[in-house]
Amino acid sequence: MDALTTPFLTGTATGAILLMAALGLTLTFGQMGVINMANGEFLMAGAYAAYATQQLIGNAGLALVVAIPVSFLVAGLLGLLLEVSIIRWMYQRPLDTLLVTVGVALVLQQLAKDVFGAQGDPVVLPSWLNGNIPVFGYNWPFRQLFTIVLALAALGGLSAVLKYSTFGRRIRATVQYRDLAETLGIPTRSVDRITFFLGSGLAGVGGVAIALISGTNPTLGTTYIIPAFLVVVAGGVGQLKGTVIAAWVVGVVTAFLTDWTSGSMAQVLTFALVVVFLQVRPQGLFTVRTRSLA
Amino acid sequence: MTTTTATATTTASSRPKAAQLLGTYGSLVAIALVALVLLVWAPNSLSPFRLGNLGKYCSWAMAAVGIGLAWGRGGMLVMGQGVFFGLGGYTMAMHMKLEAAGPGGIPDFMTLYGDGTMPGWWAPFRSAPFTLFAIIALPAAVSFLLGYAILKRRVKGAYFAILTQALAVAFATLLIATIKQTGGFNGLNTFSTVFGHNLYDPGVKKGLYLVSAALLIVFLVIVWQFNRSRYGELLIATRDAEERVRFLGYDPANVKLVAFVAAAIMASIGGAIFAPIAGIISPSNVDAAASVMMIAGVALGGRSALLGPALGAIAVGFGQSTLSERFPTGWTYFQGGLFIVVIMFLPAGLASLWPKVKSLLPGRMSPQAALVDGENGA
Amino acid sequence: MSKEPLFRRTFVGLAAIAAAALLATACGSSDATSDAASGGSSETTGAGAAKSTAGTCVEGDTVKLGFLNSTSGPMAISEQTVRDSLILAAEEINASGGIMGKKIKYIEEDGQSTPTVFAEKINKLLTQDKVSAVFGGWTSASRKAMLPVVEGAKGLLFYPVQYEGLEASKNIYYTGATTNQQIIPAMDFLKSKGVKTLFLAGSDYVFPRTANKIIKQYAKTLGIQIVGEEYVPLDKNDWTTQVAKIAAAKPDFVFNTINGSSNVGFIKAYYEAGLGPNKSPIISVSIAEEEAPAMGANVTGQYAAWNYFQSVESPNNSKFIKAFQSKYGTNRPTSDPMEAAYTSLYLYKNIVEKAKSFCVDAVNAASDGVSFDAPEGTVTLDGSNHHIAKTGLIGQINAKNQFDVVWKSNGPIKPDPFLKGYTWWDPTKE
Repeated sequence: MDALTTPFLTGTATGAILLMAALGLTLTFGQMGVINMANGEFLMAGAYAAYATQQLIGNAGLALVVAIPVSFLVAGLLGLLLEVSIIRWMYQRPLDTLLVTVGVALVLQQLAKDVFGAQGDPVVLPSWLNGNIPVFGYNWPFRQLFTIVLALAALGGLSAVLKYSTFGRRIRATVQYRDLAETLGIPTRSVDRITFFLGSGLAGVGGVAIALISGTNPTLGTTYIIPAFLVVVAGGVGQLKGTVIAAWVVGVVTAFLTDWTSGSMAQVLTFALVVVFLQVRPQGLFTVRTRSLA
Repeated sequence: MTTTTATATTTASSRPKAAQLLGTYGSLVAIALVALVLLVWAPNSLSPFRLGNLGKYCSWAMAAVGIGLAWGRGGMLVMGQGVFFGLGGYTMAMHMKLEAAGPGGIPDFMTLYGDGTMPGWWAPFRSAPFTLFAIIALPAAVSFLLGYAILKRRVKGAYFAILTQALAVAFATLLIATIKQTGGFNGLNTFSTVFGHNLYDPGVKKGLYLVSAALLIVFLVIVWQFNRSRYGELLIATRDAEERVRFLGYDPANVKLVAFVAAAIMASIGGAIFAPIAGIISPSNVDAAASVMMIAGVALGGRSALLGPALGAIAVGFGQSTLSERFPTGWTYFQGGLFIVVIMFLPAGLASLWPKVKSLLPGRMSPQAALVDGENGA
Repeated sequence: MSKEPLFRRTFVGLAAIAAAALLATACGSSDATSDAASGGSSETTGAGAAKSTAGTCVEGDTVKLGFLNSTSGPMAISEQTVRDSLILAAEEINASGGIMGKKIKYIEEDGQSTPTVFAEKINKLLTQDKVSAVFGGWTSASRKAMLPVVEGAKGLLFYPVQYEGLEASKNIYYTGATTNQQIIPAMDFLKSKGVKTLFLAGSDYVFPRTANKIIKQYAKTLGIQIVGEEYVPLDKNDWTTQVAKIAAAKPDFVFNTINGSSNVGFIKAYYEAGLGPNKSPIISVSIAEEEAPAMGANVTGQYAAWNYFQSVESPNNSKFIKAFQSKYGTNRPTSDPMEAAYTSLYLYKNIVEKAKSFCVDAVNAASDGVSFDAPEGTVTLDGSNHHIAKTGLIGQINAKNQFDVVWKSNGPIKPDPFLKGYTWWDPTKE
């Protein structure tokens, strides 16, 4: 049992982080065709926001609770800033946004190094998270459970917004047929902006979960950005359903491969599996019928 | 994706004969000028250290020329050229490792980290002809299989870019994970000779540089011809309107595949000359960050111009060496800022300024410079 | 487009370029040969060219040295501490009259935490700046990248960090520990604690791989059973899966050869899994005074193997700590690599003054037996392998993130980088 539960639960937790990193990507990619390579740096910003909050508040438990909205805001505002200052000039050139945001990612990494130092800073686990529960022979760390709950809450919140709010309907309309949505009076430009804010903010929350695993690090975003993109590609663009399943599958598969081979080989094999999968389903798991993406 | 349309051809027929000739062979004159600088001026003016560095930049420039073809002309943003650069670099480095080990000997690191036995697949690389063959055949085979798998399924645009970058990540990780076979994080180093020539001999060093620079010039001529051929026009057509090309009876996947494979071979040859010049090849020369650096030069110089990618790559390499000597941390800001500013404001790179300069010259009609387009400006 | 036949354009074009290129290469290569003849000396200069002009290889009243450490990239935080203590040593030496009366003028270069850059920069320092010796490097990858360059340029490199051994270059001096001064003493300590089972956790990297190869062979001799071995890439910080294996294996001790910031994720997952100093304690070889407070967990009670701790009591050490902290601040700890770097510059001074020359050959000829009263104790150079004798120390982390020495080798251990004196060692076995 142990040989199965350990990778399964660990992989689910990894998948939860990938999900938080990928939600923003799938939203902005699906809706605007923007490929935001700086999304990894929003994870990093979220992690540093959690660190800074803990430095200010002191009590690790309280700090963690406060850090979640703070990280959401910090990363979200960074995303908004990126949209307003750069991305919005480039909606006609989606492939170029990829390269511009690579530049933004480099600048943000160096900024973090200059502000916080090249070495990472530790984020202390609150005492109520520092422990484990036995599940079928695996002492499951509370932190992993917390990560999954956090991701589910983020996902629930996002789907509720998309499904029930006026704003969510506007997003869905814009994704499906931008021109028609515009004709009907939906202010697509400000919808774009808020989507960007939401997606970046979710990455920030993911950053809190990462900070709990390994502390902060100026380059931590680079570790997650490619797996997150593979999740988006494999899951299909523009729909949450595909992203959720893909994130979970990628997380669990990587964990099993890590268990059977090694951490390095697992990364290589996961990539190979995604390429093979795209042979079968080039459009990913699910796709929205859309007229905005060629 | 269909951001640009070529408008440049209309003016060709109305040009006077002399200008037309200059338009046709102007690019060749420009290449010859570059050749003059790289092959005559540099070896006579630069110190051995700077010349060695220039040799490295030239090897990156070879990869950049390929990127110009695949990305600038073919619209495929290849973000994983480090992989092919690495295939060539490691192939050459394996041969040099075996040369250093002597006949029957095995590379030192295999005793250091492993059990002192050499994996069988290393053995053929003892042969110099096989090594030279592999430098071309290996990337060709890998890029063909991968390109076939990806392009035939009509994966394009951002998907293509992300997959190629993931490939670079996976390749570097694979190298690090196989420390007993490839030297891992350290990579391969401590060579003594290349095809029997002592690497520390100043004459050999200079010779390596000259080979590097000469190969770059050859690549430029090949690409110049490539661009002027029917195939070159088909490639641009595929970039700008893939569906229309399909309706005309061509398979866009095949058209792109040729450019992708050619770019891979160019990167591989660049890597193969990089290894002996730098004296080392390691995962940090082939990973995602290294691949992005190669893109940076192409973007700066002008992705679809003939000389843009090569000169851009040399400029970025030079900038990295000299700026990092003076402002170690500032370099990353500069590199990031370069991407932002160039892509935002000058998507066709510095080369797009050329037609504007040319239009100021008297007595010549200037073609309207399209945004990211294929006018053969230098 | 032009209607000219394809082949003709090709031919004309290629012919033109070929002619130009041929001409150019001809000029270039004829230059290459003439340059090779005259430039041969300028290439090998470093200290070599001056050999003919002055007997000491350095003219004037200053001697140029290169300090090559990463001040950017992930290794910067560690390597900057080495740079700081090198500068301290240079200033001290200059204040007391320099080396053979010549003041040190140091040239700094940034290795950018990238092996290729290290190779490029040491080449610049030796052939362009023509420094007499270079000090620096940290990772094994950076040293391996510099080795062929420094040998090719016939220069000198002083490398201050503990490493995986199995190397001895006549152009490199190693002032950090080799394996028989750190890894093997650590194993002896574990044996003395009655350890029966051991788990190996390391970064996927040269040092951990080689160290573990030695550990596994020695463990067989000592009767210690290796119950697991796990590696994680340097840039990956999530150790949860691997720590679960440690928890399941319940080893008496964990031998930690993880590099740098990856330790943070490891330590965190380790405590989460309910492990601690009383249950599978850790012995580390890369956590020192600088790193201990940055783990995000209370690591009190865990062990580390080094050859120097800030807590070492000796007049030389108090002097070193005082000088360092008055220059850089009292909150700055001193650590093993910093001490080894500080020592390396003084050792160089002592060798040069014995040789009465900065020439590489003279330095190498004089190096055997040269000693220095270092903060860690008196160290003596072994001219046959360019390493120094060092005392093996095991420290236990206390509440102040300092190390209490709990075990000590019988005096300084003679360096044996190739482990020739250890019969159990067989490099051809895994």
